[in-house]
Amino acid sequence: MEQVFTLFKDYTFQTVALGSAILGLLSGILGSFAVLRKQSLLGDGVSHAALPGVILAFILTGSKHTEVLLLGALVSGLMATLFIISIVKHTRIKFDSALALVMSVFFGFGLVLLTFVQKIPNSNQAGLKRFIFGQASTLLQRDVIFMSLCGVILLILVLLFWKEFKLFIFDMEYARSLGLPANKINLLLSFMIVMAIIIGLQTVGVILMSAMLIAPAVAARQWTDRLWVMVMLSAVFGAVSGILGTIASSLTAKLPTGPAIVVFISCIVIFSILFAPGRGILQKMIHRRNLKQMIKRRGGNEDVSTI
Amino acid sequence: MKSKKLDYAVHIEDLTVAYDSKPVLWDIDLDIPQGKLMAVVGPNGAGKTTLLKAMLGLLVPVTGTVNFFKEEENNLRKLKNKVAYVPQSGSVDWDFPATVLDIVLMGCYGRLGFIRRPGKKEKEMAMECLQKVGMEAFHNRQISQLSGGQQQRVFLARALMQTADIYFMDEPFKGVDIQTEKAIVQLLKELRGSGKTVVVVHHDLQTVKEYFDWVTLINIKVIASGPVEEVFHESNLKKAYRSSVNLLQGAM
Repeated sequence: MEQVFTLFKDYTFQTVALGSAILGLLSGILGSFAVLRKQSLLGDGVSHAALPGVILAFILTGSKHTEVLLLGALVSGLMATLFIISIVKHTRIKFDSALALVMSVFFGFGLVLLTFVQKIPNSNQAGLKRFIFGQASTLLQRDVIFMSLCGVILLILVLLFWKEFKLFIFDMEYARSLGLPANKINLLLSFMIVMAIIIGLQTVGVILMSAMLIAPAVAARQWTDRLWVMVMLSAVFGAVSGILGTIASSLTAKLPTGPAIVVFISCIVIFSILFAPGRGILQKMIHRRNLKQMIKRRGGNEDVSTI
Repeated sequence: MKSKKLDYAVHIEDLTVAYDSKPVLWDIDLDIPQGKLMAVVGPNGAGKTTLLKAMLGLLVPVTGTVNFFKEEENNLRKLKNKVAYVPQSGSVDWDFPATVLDIVLMGCYGRLGFIRRPGKKEKEMAMECLQKVGMEAFHNRQISQLSGGQQQRVFLARALMQTADIYFMDEPFKGVDIQTEKAIVQLLKELRGSGKTVVVVHHDLQTVKEYFDWVTLINIKVIASGPVEEVFHESNLKKAYRSSVNLLQGAM
């Protein structure tokens, strides 16, 4: 316990924990929208597609600053999203196939670039690989400030367009019949999801980022039937597992933060799927058993012939 | 056959729609007069839903124009308060986290514009709309717990919430029991009574005469359009359905 207490006073810990909490909060909120739109895997696609952007940004600028690298990630993530959206719109290829196509092409290209870059001297210190698996310990105060800034923008957008997002996600055609600019809303929402993903890259990395987007939302959906409650819960779940993951990795040697966060959020998901009232598996089983017993007690002839 | 000097609610000219190379709607010219309760009737794949969506501007036609209420501008964004759409209830995911009241409130989102939220006044109105479709007791119900007919009525209430002048409904009687069907028809007739125009994609030929006063028979092209008594007869139906059997059970 004492250990935890001293930990909280530690400056590095504060920075990393705050960063992870912000990441969890944002991916929780935007993830809810992605999950409800049945685009859970968009997170996976975009985060993988961000890799070539990171490396190209390094090659072109030679800079190792997180902002520059993440800007590259943002550009290539957005490009991938636009590709996916236009493939779905203009061909008969469905969302999942389009996503898989774009994602593997981008990620493959990123890996090719990575091997190429590693032959350049001085590239190792750029720590490009940290974007694949994530390395929360590399979070600096300026990164956290950058994350909060993006976070504030995203939150304001969510608040401003709450009603439009809700309607658009539930019933796109009806939204269009009301005269809402559906294409613009689609682009804005996708852009926001991409931004949330990019913010998380440094902390949890390309591979685990999709879990951060999907897991809090799936867990939150179990507990409520109201959209705003779901979004809030999802944000809380994300933020809490961000902080818990940071604590765990600080207390245990060699435990990386990103995976620890994902383990915590996964525990929340499993607990929610099993025990949430209403939608949980346990309660469904109890209801079913009670119903069976009631039918048994009521009686009726047991050997009524069935056809 | 030009319709008489009635004021039209919708005026369609040369409308052709195609998804692939094959046209789904071919050279549609159609006038829908104001204050009528019109059925769109035709076989599967005749383009009924497509016609509705094209009128609503949800599809981009190959050629042709759709005008509402004599206005030059057929921009839906300007007309959003005049045109209400009731989609097929199967078109959305009903496991969305929302209550019945939430869904009905969506009907006023277009009117409210950006940023503004529905307030007390809107909620009261939504309750009234729910009452009209007999769903007020369900206002707090999670939408995944509704039956097909109840979903349909919630969509209807949402359209009523728009206080539009013209209503487009895609098979509102699908999955609805006979009592509810009668109640909805009563509601549609009330809408007509207050001068609204209602366009309904309809499947049950036997009830057309009883429910509607105007009918459009389509099968890719418009086969016939006009007052039910004049147009809705066996020979037109046979043309629309390409059938040699009698389709009306001696009702005509």
